[in-house]
Amino acid sequence: MKFLYHLGQYITFIRKAFCKPEKMKVYSKEMILEFEKLGLNSIMLVVIISFFIGAVLTLQTAYNMQSPLLPRYLIGYLTRETMLLEFSSTIVSLILAGKIGSNIASEIGSMRITEQIEALEVMGVNSVAYLVGPKILAALVINPVLYVFSVFIGILGGIISGIISGVVNFEDFIYGLHFSFNPYYVTYSIVKTLFFAFIFTSIPAFYGYYVQGGAREVGKAGTKAVVDSSIAILTVNLILTQIML
Amino acid sequence: MIRVEALSKSFDQKMVLSDIQVTFETGKVNLIIGKSGSGKTVLLKSLIGLNPIEEGHIYYGDRDLTIMDASQMKCLRQEIGVVFQGGALFDSQTVLENVMFPLNLFTELSEREKRERAVFCLHRVDLHDAENLFPSEISGGMKKRVAIARAIVMNPKFLFCDEPNSGLDPLTSIVIDNLIYEITHEYGMTTVVNTHDMNSVFEIGEKIVFIHEGRKEWEGNKEMIAHTENKYLNDFIFSSKLFKKIKEEL
Repeated sequence: MKFLYHLGQYITFIRKAFCKPEKMKVYSKEMILEFEKLGLNSIMLVVIISFFIGAVLTLQTAYNMQSPLLPRYLIGYLTRETMLLEFSSTIVSLILAGKIGSNIASEIGSMRITEQIEALEVMGVNSVAYLVGPKILAALVINPVLYVFSVFIGILGGIISGIISGVVNFEDFIYGLHFSFNPYYVTYSIVKTLFFAFIFTSIPAFYGYYVQGGAREVGKAGTKAVVDSSIAILTVNLILTQIML
Repeated sequence: MIRVEALSKSFDQKMVLSDIQVTFETGKVNLIIGKSGSGKTVLLKSLIGLNPIEEGHIYYGDRDLTIMDASQMKCLRQEIGVVFQGGALFDSQTVLENVMFPLNLFTELSEREKRERAVFCLHRVDLHDAENLFPSEISGGMKKRVAIARAIVMNPKFLFCDEPNSGLDPLTSIVIDNLIYEITHEYGMTTVVNTHDMNSVFEIGEKIVFIHEGRKEWEGNKEMIAHTENKYLNDFIFSSKLFKKIKEEL
């Protein structure tokens, strides 16, 4: 019963987030700020994680392919497949759910307990549309971009670690990258990033918006937002994979 | 003028406000006083439409807030200015941006006109050279002044202040009280102030409503309050030794 109540509340909340803005210019300005907060501030984290995971994937694949019957280009092929299909979409989104999700929940939660949301409402502003709408839209635009960025950086990490460690040469790795490439995998992963972006912005915003109490409750909402966003991402990942592949 | 008729409000079946009948007069500072937990803030939030009420009516002139649809409510909200207890300034915006915020959303003024109006309001509350500071960089008293400037920037007909003196020293409290009083008379607004500060009661209480355990217990003005026979009000007003002594001398 409680779950259904919260689900209904969440659906109403999302509907409010996409109501017609009071003034488009003000909302556009907010969206640009969100691009910076959600996107640009996450690039460095995505670069570091993707580079090292790409590098480690190459070394681990090589370690598990000791048989001379297996061609070396498979190292590049498997690194590409892992980055393209799962890591850069799902794992990066899970990491962003931790970073961005807790940030959104605590930001909106703090606004709730310091009456800033009431101040918006009393001015006649749709506080959900003003605070949440730009965040969701900005994440929907920026997450696919971060995905593409992550794939390239991960593969670059793989090439560098493969060559430096001598487990694969440049030509074999590049051949592996081109081998049996299916462009539909990119479409599939980009669709996933759109769903994940929606999840890791809307769920934390929902928890932050309905916080009651003080700083302790804001902290709890942040934790709950990250946990629930992560579970939702993993569940949606499973469903989309079953449907799309 | 705001007229409240038979207003009742409860939370989880616990009655917080019961059968409140009161009129807040135009061009006057109307105070709502009472102990912590007496229902003052619930009443104020009901008046501004943040707390939906179960029974009764709230009339702004001849418009009943309780039966307004979303668009009527939106129009009314633009006639209302609210100063929240902690100021409720937006942390991510400068003082000037905070004051300009309602102008950005609800007016078609040019950037220069909006800026001029916001600076005028800041100067009206005696804030100079603070435009580019963030709320975290200013004192509690300054925050209250910025909140007042933001509340009056749209020329509201109704001003609501929730404990404007909380957390302020006595001197700054008097400055804020006088500011509210002056602005009310200057713009002819209907001002409703929620307070339990006795200095405010005797300084600016042109109309005073005393709430006790969710009920309106007494109504009058600052001259009448010193001679009241109401037991609950006497206990509340003259709870400190200083005020008891003052009463004896009256």
